[in-house]
Amino acid sequence: MSTPAPFTIRNGLLVLAEGAPRKGALRVSGGRIAALGNIQPDEGDTVVDAKGALIAPGLVDFGTFAIDKPAFHFGGITRAALMPDQSPALDHPARVRFAAQSGKPDLWVHPLGAATRALEGKELAELALMREAGALAVATGRHWIADSGTMLRLLRYAGMLGMVVVSHAEDGGLSGNAVATAGEMATRLGLPSAPAEAEALAAARDIAIAELSGARLHLRQVTTASALALVRAAKARGVAVTAGVTPAHFMLSDLAIGDFRTFARMSPPLRCEADRQAVLAALADGTIDVIASGHDPRGPEDKRLPFVDAEPGMAGAETLLALTLNLVRDGVIDMARAFALLAANPARLLGVDAGSLEAGLQADIALIDPDRPWIVNSDKMAASAGNTPFDRQPVQGRVTALWKGGARIVG
Amino acid sequence: MSKALSSMTSAKPSHLSRYPAGSAAFPHRNLLGIAGLESHEIEFLLDEAEQWVELNRQPQKRDDRLAGLTIINAFFENSTRTRLSFEIAGKRLGADVVNMNAAQSSVKKGETLIDTAVTLNAMRADAIVIRHASSGAVSLIAGKVDCPVVNAGDGQHEHPTQALLDALTLRQAKGSIAGLRVTICGDLLHSRVARSNMLCLTALGAEVRVCAPPALMPEGIEAMKVAPFHDFDAALAGADVVMMLRLQQERMEGQFVPSPREFRHLYGLTLDRLGKANSDAVVMHPGPMNRGIEIDSNVADIAGRSLITRQVEMGVAIRMACLDVLTRCHRRAEGWSA
Repeated sequence: MSTPAPFTIRNGLLVLAEGAPRKGALRVSGGRIAALGNIQPDEGDTVVDAKGALIAPGLVDFGTFAIDKPAFHFGGITRAALMPDQSPALDHPARVRFAAQSGKPDLWVHPLGAATRALEGKELAELALMREAGALAVATGRHWIADSGTMLRLLRYAGMLGMVVVSHAEDGGLSGNAVATAGEMATRLGLPSAPAEAEALAAARDIAIAELSGARLHLRQVTTASALALVRAAKARGVAVTAGVTPAHFMLSDLAIGDFRTFARMSPPLRCEADRQAVLAALADGTIDVIASGHDPRGPEDKRLPFVDAEPGMAGAETLLALTLNLVRDGVIDMARAFALLAANPARLLGVDAGSLEAGLQADIALIDPDRPWIVNSDKMAASAGNTPFDRQPVQGRVTALWKGGARIVG
Repeated sequence: MSKALSSMTSAKPSHLSRYPAGSAAFPHRNLLGIAGLESHEIEFLLDEAEQWVELNRQPQKRDDRLAGLTIINAFFENSTRTRLSFEIAGKRLGADVVNMNAAQSSVKKGETLIDTAVTLNAMRADAIVIRHASSGAVSLIAGKVDCPVVNAGDGQHEHPTQALLDALTLRQAKGSIAGLRVTICGDLLHSRVARSNMLCLTALGAEVRVCAPPALMPEGIEAMKVAPFHDFDAALAGADVVMMLRLQQERMEGQFVPSPREFRHLYGLTLDRLGKANSDAVVMHPGPMNRGIEIDSNVADIAGRSLITRQVEMGVAIRMACLDVLTRCHRRAEGWSA
């Protein structure tokens, strides 16, 4: 792909690492951010009038289960870290290489290599060769690695290679065949359930091993008060642990599974209201580092089933930005932190030179009207399936233009 | 006033005053669970069932009000007694009843539940009775068909006709349910019968105690307005009704109790243990029983106090009442035209 022509976006509000969005302009040249702030377009630049919209970094979606470009572009996502839970699993360098190319030319795909062969949690996969092929981090997939010896070897090895290990913190012995969090709702519905502590148990073990090995650990979804307390304490001790969450767990409690709504079936399952409040507090105080979509589009063959037989997951890419902007409007976080959670922090985990508005970084840029209202409609999603628990919900915030590496892909 | 309505009025003068007239007495298209029913709606179904208790004791057990209607019993999970009970209920009301034993049908060939539901709907059933191994499966089907659906047990969720027949049995034995102390003991975790009974009995004013070892006690059960116990003897103190549940081994993944023998030691209803309850306490069990595990034979068969066979009898009457009431709009019964 040829280098896109230079351009300047002006009359916008720049979303910077700190502080409120600031009036200014941003110049892109050679696919990278050349300058920003109180600047003028260079001669010959194409000039884009932002008309007061936010000029923000493109979103870096850390942990999606599918590559679904229309949904990503709708949601302002320029980079997707693809989970290794593909068919077959991304546990081989050739598959990683193929996946890494699969977004071209208008989406960066960063495959997360499978930590173990076939994601079985037993034998380590060829991490170094997968890194060569484009895997920027490794992930345990949808499941936890139960064997502590394997987990220690994994973290030591990945640590040596400088790769973050992304873990799914849910103790399989406790969670078993559960599809809901133990509590009143699961009891009333008669659904197999596991105590919320399944997450804290797994997080505690993983954190202990991270501490022992000195390697970097990212818990992809931390959704309970007790596990968040463990992460908070570990960070205070200097353990290299980070935590993520998806909007479902800060927007919804397990009340949403009433009437057996399979669109609200998640992994880990939705929690009680007190846990949802704990997630909000952890977003506010910095315990949580990443908000990701967990994008997992599922058609009726996976979702129009009895609750226990349905697949977990939601199509989240389109609503990721708008639901995170809810947190800004509610005063939980400010705009700078919203984009740290959506772009800068996940970019840092992957080690890519993107995710914020800084001169020299890749020009992945989104123009966003943060107040524009729209209504989520599961029948008319850009995603390949409309499995969202936020159907019919009014939200605010739309991407009006998107650039990837300086090339315009939306708007 | 139609003949049917006037005869109903004369037979039970109190009947009409206790709940709203016509279809307002039971304004539900389906019977998916006890959750969502008002107590007067439950009582309406119980009152409706009384006439069928009487009919079922006659040599000529026939009423033709459902003549020409087709009822499909779609059982996606094995069942003998419930399916038979529904079949008899439908036939005694004159309906054409067909059984679909889906445990060995196209469901095994990969057809989705929704497709099966659409197929049943296309055959123009007038009511569908469904049992399924997954919680919520019956309401899923109910959303896809045009006729009333009766839940005959969905996973670990609800089994409403069982709770209704238990309530009818109790009301007949004790006169009233309000104020009774009912102890439900056994595998509460896996029991849809327990869930429906907790909802039904508390709605009708009973004091409900539930008893199980921790592994079989659902979390948050206090929210269902019942008092949880681990000690069976303590749970039995002052009980008017003891309802036993079997261990549902088929739903267990992993070991929930060390052994049936050990379960009996702590939670088996022996004659000795029954002595801890009130002297006139009655014994119930939804069946099938595991004699010698959760209930001893000399308790299950205790004359005058065991209501277990009475429960089976009431089951047919309750199911007749449900099929009658749920098809009234469709049959354009007086006051019930939708």
